[in-house]
Amino acid sequence: MGLLSRKVTCNAHGQDSSYFLGWEEYEKNPYDNIKNPDGIIQMGLAENQLSFDLIEAWLVKNPEAANFEREGQSIFRELALFQDYHGLPSFKKAMADFMSENRGNRVSFDPRKLVLTAGATSANETLMFCLADPGDAFLLPTPYYPGFDRDLKWRTGAEIVPIQCTSANGFRITKSALEEAYEQAQKLNLKVKGVLITNPSNPLGTTTTRTELNHLLDFVSRKNIHLISDEIYSGTVFTSPGFISVMEVLKEKKLENTDVSKRVHIVYSLSKDLGLPGFRVGVIYSNDDIVVDAATKMSSFGLISSQTQYLLSALLSDKNFTKNYLKENQIRLKKRHMKLVSGLEAAGIKCLKSNAGLFCWVDMRHLLSSNTFEAEIELWKKIVYEVKLNISPGSSCHCNEPGWFRVCFANMSEETLKVAMNRLKMFVDGPSSSTRSQSEHQRLKSLRKMKVSNWVFRLSFQDREPEER
Amino acid sequence: MVALTAEKQDHNLLSRMAAGDGHGENSAYFDGWKAYEENPFHPIDRPDGVIQMGLAENQLCGDLMRKWVLEHPEASICTAEGVNQFSDIAIFQDYHGLPEFRQAVAKFMEKTRNNKVKFDPDRIVMSGGATGAHETVAFCLANPGDGFLVPTPYYPGFDRDLRWRTGVNLVPVTCHSSNGFKITVEALDAAYENARVPVKGLLITNPSNPLGTTLDRDCLKSLVKFTNDKGIHLIADEIYAATTFGESEFISVAEVIEEIPDCNRDLIHIVYSLSKDMGLPGLRIGIIYSYNNRVVQIARKMSSFGLVSSQTQHLIAKMLSDKDFVDEFIRKSKLRLAERHAELTTGLDGLGIGWLKAGAGLFIWMDLRNLLKTATFDSEMELWRVIVHKVKLNVSPGGSCHCHEPGWFRVCFANMDHQTMETALERIRVFTSQIEEESLKLTKQMAKKKKCWQSSLRLSFKDTRRFEEGFFSPHSPVPPSPLVRAQI
Repeated sequence: MGLLSRKVTCNAHGQDSSYFLGWEEYEKNPYDNIKNPDGIIQMGLAENQLSFDLIEAWLVKNPEAANFEREGQSIFRELALFQDYHGLPSFKKAMADFMSENRGNRVSFDPRKLVLTAGATSANETLMFCLADPGDAFLLPTPYYPGFDRDLKWRTGAEIVPIQCTSANGFRITKSALEEAYEQAQKLNLKVKGVLITNPSNPLGTTTTRTELNHLLDFVSRKNIHLISDEIYSGTVFTSPGFISVMEVLKEKKLENTDVSKRVHIVYSLSKDLGLPGFRVGVIYSNDDIVVDAATKMSSFGLISSQTQYLLSALLSDKNFTKNYLKENQIRLKKRHMKLVSGLEAAGIKCLKSNAGLFCWVDMRHLLSSNTFEAEIELWKKIVYEVKLNISPGSSCHCNEPGWFRVCFANMSEETLKVAMNRLKMFVDGPSSSTRSQSEHQRLKSLRKMKVSNWVFRLSFQDREPEER
Repeated sequence: MVALTAEKQDHNLLSRMAAGDGHGENSAYFDGWKAYEENPFHPIDRPDGVIQMGLAENQLCGDLMRKWVLEHPEASICTAEGVNQFSDIAIFQDYHGLPEFRQAVAKFMEKTRNNKVKFDPDRIVMSGGATGAHETVAFCLANPGDGFLVPTPYYPGFDRDLRWRTGVNLVPVTCHSSNGFKITVEALDAAYENARVPVKGLLITNPSNPLGTTLDRDCLKSLVKFTNDKGIHLIADEIYAATTFGESEFISVAEVIEEIPDCNRDLIHIVYSLSKDMGLPGLRIGIIYSYNNRVVQIARKMSSFGLVSSQTQHLIAKMLSDKDFVDEFIRKSKLRLAERHAELTTGLDGLGIGWLKAGAGLFIWMDLRNLLKTATFDSEMELWRVIVHKVKLNVSPGGSCHCHEPGWFRVCFANMDHQTMETALERIRVFTSQIEEESLKLTKQMAKKKKCWQSSLRLSFKDTRRFEEGFFSPHSPVPPSPLVRAQI
């Protein structure tokens, strides 16, 4: 009799994949512009570090919320005892309003249909437990976020069947791809319970088009299955075309209060838009009362700390703050995105045209020694170990074409991004650049000296430019 | 007809898990909570409301906590003193947890075990409260269809936490009042042999919920021996570790395994939380501590589904590193628990109401067997409804804790102030004197001078639903007390 469960002994947690191996390498040798300038630069982490100063400024201006006070009284004690899985009403209201604001107030969200979970990780798993029995399948367009293999399948026993998307049409979801995926599931004897999309997409960084959303709604309607839309990046849309939520399309098609609308569920989180992954704030939004009820009960296994709910309820209820934050955050993301794109271009590397997310979907097919995934991993290893950049190979995202990589841009300073782009350029330009690399080394050395004195100088100031982080 | 089909269709569209009632919240027991929610006691606004005695919360030292928080603004990442750490903490989602958090928790666990054992911070794994911890441990140690032995009576939430999404079964190990509900090897053997599912482990809660008793050293050793011999896991839920008061001593399984040289430590796991000892259920701080390296590894990966908020980790790391505060907190908490416990039990003693002698926990295990019409669970439920609706006290009937014998009730005392306790005792006094009066009347009629509370109790409740198994935990779905509701 096995001592541990099959869940422990299998690999469905997915953490043996290359996606996580790159992380391990980074952890052994992390870049620091002063202490470890030759270290690996982390570009595999989809984090938003560009706008913390806005939140910090808010905290300084709002000491009552920051100190867990209301009308001069500390409510810490009450918060410490608050464990109701329905969540803090003011927080749910603030979240519902924030989600609406993120969609230009074109749709409204009812706080009673919100379920709070410990991050989107928990939200996605919980939805699976609610919608799928072990052995049931969800269709996911490729490429997709590698974490889904763990979040959707590991403890739930559900399966993922890919909807193959290709670069031929910019990785758009087509009607035929949907049908093929469905048939594939049937061939594998898997009962399809729904489709899960990420909009805006991770790793593509593109927003789902109205056409695609229409196809998807038609499809789930005909097949009588669910549609989960993970909209965790909804606040990171920095340029046109804008973000269209599936909720908007439901409204446009006058499908609210129909059977289909009860099968559409949204997942959201504050980890990307607000850059607060440590706080574990996730949300399920569903029009199906039974799902809301079951998910609420399941949230007992991962409630949001009341301390965090309270802080964020105050933050998000401040409409001046949210309006300004969303706008400014998008400006900064757009700027940083452009820097990455131009840096890549200088190295002769293109990427998929994108309007959202914290990363680019980079086309390095021309750098492969052969059009195979082996070659992709070969290239990836070079980039991690020689170029010293941790980026995510497309195969870890289940892309069906080798040569694509996800490269993050919002989790580092502008200076670090420059260093990364220089390294990439040197790598692409080839061995003849070794002399150039020496003078580059000298330049960087003197730059570092300058930076130390600048750093000392800057310490005497409270304000810091956001991009200096 | 159409509506029925539509609903049926709806149910097929969802998982069996969502459509079913494995969450355990559909039981008749829920009436107690409803009664409380509809009419919660408040000393001024609602003096006739239902007093909540079904909630095992430690509310006696909130003032100490609040004072510390106010005096240590740097422990918050939001205050002027702490905001310089905001971005680092907000970004931190590593499932290893903040090192200072793990170290502080390890130290706290040592302290609450009288520094008789050492805990390794690297074995500390976070979870979404003890609720999340139990589910994760079940996912790690058992496959769907396997079973865990659990001594009765046990915390009702286990039915959900260990079974709902995991597919694991609970196999009761019957304990009897005749020996103070102690766990015997005979009972363990019997349960193990007769189990109809593969048994993967034994789950004990020490100190016990709902009994409030602690396991002595010999008993703990025998449990370790039993599980080791059978090659099954021992999971010790030590969530009430610091709630011992008076002479009672808490001995952790961590201490006992040090005294068993050939113990297979791969089978030993502890579940812990700060919800009871520190009265912080809202902050969702659950801990899995396993001596099995593989379990630590995998449980840590699973902790992604219920990490402790980094904001909270930071606060707790600072708080628990304050040695003076922690020492004072534990000391005062035990004193106040002892006081409140004594208040309740002295009151009950004066009324001739029995209770299981125990020295830990946030509740007492009250003996009302002699108030039952018949020694059945139906009678227990009848009596319980009287207590909830007439005496206006929400207490937990033993049947909901899977107690083998009817007539026992769990009564919490640490979630109310002195005045409320007085009021509760007064109501019990009135209730018992009413019963006495009635019985006196009847005995006069029967011309017998015998004090008997039992047979004369006439209950006229139409609703005599049989108590169903499973009940929702007094945990997550509980609405806030009026005080909390007003403030938030």
